[in-house]
Amino acid sequence: MSNVAVTVPKDNKRKITIGEIITHIFLLCCSVVWLYPIVWTILSSFKPQKEFFKDRLSLIPDTFTFENYIRVWGKASFGTYFLNSVIVTVCSVLLVLIMTNMTGYVLGRYRFMGRGVLMGVFLSSICIPLVSTLIPVYQIVKSMGLMGTKLGLILSGAGGAHVVFLLLFSSYYSTIPRDLEDAAAIDGCGFLGTYLRVMLPLSSPINTTVIIMESVWTWNAFQLPLILTLNNPAARTLAVGLYAFKGENTVDWTGICAGGAIAMVPIIIIFIAFQKYFINGMAGAVKS
Amino acid sequence: MAAATAAPHKRNAIQQKKWMQMNTWCWSFVIMSLFFYVVFQGYPIFCSLWYSLHNWSGMTSNMTFIGLENYKNLLQDELFWGAFKNSFKYMFMAVPLQVSVSLVFAYLLNNEKLRCRTLYRVCLFLPVVITASIVGIVMVFIWSTQGIVDYVLVNVGILEKAVNFLGDAKWAMPTVVIISVWKDMGTYMLYWLAALQGVSKDVIEAATVDGASNRQIFFRVTLPIIAPTAGIILILCTINSLKVFDLIQTLTGGGPFYATNVIATFVYSTAFTSTMGLPRFGYASAAATLFGAVIILLGVVLNGIKSKLQAMQ
Repeated sequence: MSNVAVTVPKDNKRKITIGEIITHIFLLCCSVVWLYPIVWTILSSFKPQKEFFKDRLSLIPDTFTFENYIRVWGKASFGTYFLNSVIVTVCSVLLVLIMTNMTGYVLGRYRFMGRGVLMGVFLSSICIPLVSTLIPVYQIVKSMGLMGTKLGLILSGAGGAHVVFLLLFSSYYSTIPRDLEDAAAIDGCGFLGTYLRVMLPLSSPINTTVIIMESVWTWNAFQLPLILTLNNPAARTLAVGLYAFKGENTVDWTGICAGGAIAMVPIIIIFIAFQKYFINGMAGAVKS
Repeated sequence: MAAATAAPHKRNAIQQKKWMQMNTWCWSFVIMSLFFYVVFQGYPIFCSLWYSLHNWSGMTSNMTFIGLENYKNLLQDELFWGAFKNSFKYMFMAVPLQVSVSLVFAYLLNNEKLRCRTLYRVCLFLPVVITASIVGIVMVFIWSTQGIVDYVLVNVGILEKAVNFLGDAKWAMPTVVIISVWKDMGTYMLYWLAALQGVSKDVIEAATVDGASNRQIFFRVTLPIIAPTAGIILILCTINSLKVFDLIQTLTGGGPFYATNVIATFVYSTAFTSTMGLPRFGYASAAATLFGAVIILLGVVLNGIKSKLQAMQ
């Protein structure tokens, strides 16, 4: 037995060497191309402006400086944008999590009246492009008196059907054995008790997936925040703030890179830390 | 006897009550989702339709009903048709590239013996989690005459002279497409990976034993098995590419000379900016509604084709 275990990997190694080397070279080159713009942005943000324009191609700064960060954080109000992004993302994600968890639970476990219709209505939203609802959402937020406020961004950001999350929750909840529910009923749990004490604690893997995916989406949202903060720069998120900054300072590239880095680094860190959940969620999305 | 007949009747009443209770609970669990859906997606669709029948700037409450006038004007608007064509041009260029490039990577990364495959996957997926608008802004420099793309292409000898890729009407659209493949390919790569991982190893092994080459296995065995998922991936990619806004708005803003103006940027600039004269909400709504209808129709048709093909198999 141990002999077989030792020889098999050896054989495999020899067989795939040439093919594998080519694959590795190819993938390595592609990875470099894929990472270059991100690395370029982050490293350029540490360059003094003079150096950036003198040598446009070198990646690593000769002199490291935080001056770009200090400049955009204070003067260009990226501090405010950052805080706005954090607040809007946290609140929107919480709202979406609560909504989709509850709705997914009943869709996955109960055959209530109108379930099929409801499912169809939610599913049909995949095709609706944001552009068709953009102007009315602008009007709705305006008539609520929330134009240019963070609350307007939070509510509109949490709007929509979140079909992927609904499907993730409902298919997860539908796999939980019936016995648990019966046991809870014997212990005297009603509908709400069963959900809160038995089912909700079991849903944490999906919760993590939803939190990560929705955080990335909300943090990156651009179209809605752009139109909802047109007349109030103070409520802008990072994505919109950087766009406005570029419009006003076309030549301040090191500042743009610093702003870009502020916007992308937090989300890259979150993604790498939780990539397993994110990738599982994406895979689940296409399967269901 | 009386007891026996009464019992089911009584049980029915209890069941009825229980059933009603269950329904009430279920709907109270759904109500918040439904509210957000109706307010921010369902109702706006009808609103958009309503606005599109009016002459309305959006700045004042001064709305006049003009029937289908907006649609009539729209059909004669060259700018609108340009944007409409560009949306489909973008789709026809982006979808095949997006789908095939991501399939190649997924196929390579699906090999379990490949070392560092998680690392490669993270690298190739990373642009997906970065804000599209920020990618757009940064890429303006990287693809400018001062950026690395021109530097490499000129020095390798592919280009004679530096080209301003995003500022040149001829190059702008292909450049936007390439950048969007770089940005979004990871999503489709993960979809393909999920599909490929669903193919059982026994089938592949059986084909190998029968003497099939890797290429034959891929085209004759793997591809037919993942065909249903491939259909979903194609539909998602098509719909998503028609919805594109963030990347184009930040890369080119629809320019140069409207060369990359798609419907989303057309609607945005008509309704919310003064680049095309005074804001026109009614007119922009008509464009948004018309295009929304096209996308929904396309989604339905593609889905129908997919089901037909599946039924034929």
